[in-house]
Amino acid sequence: MAELRYREALREALREEMRRDQRVFLMGEDIGVFGGAFKVTEGLLEEFGEQRVRDTPISENSIVGFGIGAAMAGLRPVVELMTINFALLAFDQIVNHAAHIHYMFGGQTRVPLVIRMPQGAGHQLGPTHSHCFEALFAHVPGLLVAVPSTPADAKGLLKAAIRDENPVVFIEHESLYSERGEVPEDPDALVNFGSAAIRREGSDVTIVGVSRMARTATRAAQALADSEGVSAEVIDPRTLRPLDLETILASVRKTNRCVIVEEGWPHGGVGANLAALIAEQAFDYLDAPIARVSGADLPMPYSKVLEDIAYPHEPQVMRAALGTLGRQPARDGA
Amino acid sequence: MSGAEAVDLPPAEALREWLATMLLIRRFEERAGEMYARAKIGGFLHLAIGEEAAIVGSARALRPTDYLVSTYRSHGHALVRGTPPEAVMAELFGKADGCSKGRGGSMHMFDGKRRFMGGYGIVGGNLPIAGGLALSSAYTSKDEVTLCTLGDGACNQGTFGETMNLCALWRLPIVFLVTNNLFGMGTALERHSAVTELRARGEGFGVPGVRCDGMDVIDTYQKVCAAIARARSERRPMLVEAITYRFRGHSMADPERYRTREQVQEWRARDPIETFPARLIAEGKLDQGALAELQSRARQAVDQAVDFAERSPFPAPDALYDDIYVLGDQVRGSYSLRTTEPHEGGPSERSELAGDGEIARQITAALATGQEARASALELPEAPVGGAEQEAGS
Ligand SMILES: Cc1ncc(C[n+]2csc(CCOP(=O)(O)OP(=O)(O)O)c2C)c(N)n1
Ligand SMILES: [Mg+2]
Repeated sequence: MAELRYREALREALREEMRRDQRVFLMGEDIGVFGGAFKVTEGLLEEFGEQRVRDTPISENSIVGFGIGAAMAGLRPVVELMTINFALLAFDQIVNHAAHIHYMFGGQTRVPLVIRMPQGAGHQLGPTHSHCFEALFAHVPGLLVAVPSTPADAKGLLKAAIRDENPVVFIEHESLYSERGEVPEDPDALVNFGSAAIRREGSDVTIVGVSRMARTATRAAQALADSEGVSAEVIDPRTLRPLDLETILASVRKTNRCVIVEEGWPHGGVGANLAALIAEQAFDYLDAPIARVSGADLPMPYSKVLEDIAYPHEPQVMRAALGTLGRQPARDGA
Repeated sequence: MSGAEAVDLPPAEALREWLATMLLIRRFEERAGEMYARAKIGGFLHLAIGEEAAIVGSARALRPTDYLVSTYRSHGHALVRGTPPEAVMAELFGKADGCSKGRGGSMHMFDGKRRFMGGYGIVGGNLPIAGGLALSSAYTSKDEVTLCTLGDGACNQGTFGETMNLCALWRLPIVFLVTNNLFGMGTALERHSAVTELRARGEGFGVPGVRCDGMDVIDTYQKVCAAIARARSERRPMLVEAITYRFRGHSMADPERYRTREQVQEWRARDPIETFPARLIAEGKLDQGALAELQSRARQAVDQAVDFAERSPFPAPDALYDDIYVLGDQVRGSYSLRTTEPHEGGPSERSELAGDGEIARQITAALATGQEARASALELPEAPVGGAEQEAGS
């Protein structure tokens, strides 16, 4: 184990996979000379050269499309989109082509492409630079979707994504790049898609936290234990497609209560979908309605005071968890 | 770009093969239109009748290891690469033996073995994919070239500029063939493009362009050959604008209000499957008997394709969820993501589009029975409000 930051863990994954496999190469805006908008790719140009670390013009849709074509021809491109907001310009290529080509052409060709992008609020970047769009991508059959929340998962999932034969939308979080954590050094340690992590065991309520919200949920669970005597189990699904529904259902069957926490919008969100799946498959186990805590249903405002209250923090998660137990917070502020 | 003259004319035998392929495409498209009128084929059907010289002249400039990428008007591109007409027709019929297993239909043909890397339904969406194929050739230092076709209308998509720039910047071996048939659906060239000399549209990005006569298979071949030779040796993108014309509507549901009958007649006078054999005969490279033989072989091949498509089974309902993912360690079975069983089947619900499909069939039937009925003479209902009508003809 080594202690690495989230961005370093990602960089290690890229470096190791590029050393392992000549077919792996990177494309993206300012990933080379500049070192990456979030410095994930820093130093890789020096090690691997311009052929394999390719600075691109600002042409999101076409960068992804080039990745698709190169993948169809047998290469393993990893495309970085500067942030998820710009992925909207590439939605055509991601959905109409990356996701559909294998099926649409009768299985004759495959698209082993990874598209990395960070998301998230908290930096006062306003409505065009702050949203969480995992639900948009999780909606699409043919894509795999990863939402790592720890350095270890960032590395293990990215390596698995690069080795996978399917197109992967790999969603990082802007607020996590500097977070530290223990990361396996074994270059073949992968985190398989479709396996959720239980971040904390508990018996009273299940809290599912997506992307950065897995950490918010974990902190909320600690506070619930400390100040409310509530034992919360925290699950980080880690990937949304495939989704490890079994682990979530097993937990809900045990605790009989569920809170889903996401930073994205509530309508048609990850939580809405998950609540439907739980209601369909574990309704008889539920002692309370499923609660959702989500980003506010509006364009993210710039002003710090507004931005702060427009996405979830521990107090909202605690309140929702207590609500499923028919309780109010003991102290105000929670 | 000079040097097109330097490309030698291939031997007579090759020219006869080109003609045979042009005849095959023509016959195939005609039969596809008939099969659409008989409701054997659903969805949209875009025929390339009139564009055979542009298709064959350009594709015959390729080596078997080169990539070809096309649009939604792509039956001819599959055929010219050697995909059996049976597989193309079966795809149109939505059958299991179709070249895309009945998943793609008219707009999404594919034959990876023959390096026909797909028809794509999104206007302009194929350009970056072609760029990526060319990038793979550069990355692996292979001698391959990618030929990417696009329409005049597609030149106005964002991907056009993005892809031209990237290919020029990265010096990729790729040739863009702009099949300028003077219309994007019903919008005439001069109504959709400020600069109508499409040849020049890539030049600001560093992509040299020439025009060729897309009704002349030899001129197309020579210009595309020259462009491919430069793309291959100089590792750079090139563009060829082939001026051509589609004799039929944009798709089967096209009343063709945007052009005159006279214009269509003028272009029909230059029909490549008439002018090319005439030229070969005049040059002593073909005689009437051989022409009749080629025509009858094309007819037979297409008859066989229709028979095959008729007999091919529909895909099994069980196959509905196949090939969504490449199964492996991460995705252990498509079942793991399956939220519903295949739906029951039964009389398919018809969308608003069905109305247009019906009109399309009437139009096609009218044309097929030789009553050159102008489609606009048919009673067309008011276009429905909303999204459907835009796609109705596309
Ligand atoms: C992105 C997108 N927009 C619109 C359409 C609908 N559409 C299909 S074909 C077409 C016209 C394209 O014209 P052109 O590029 O000249 O090709 P042609 O059909 O003449 O071969 C349109 C607008 C589409 N398929 N994709
Ligand atoms: Mg056109």
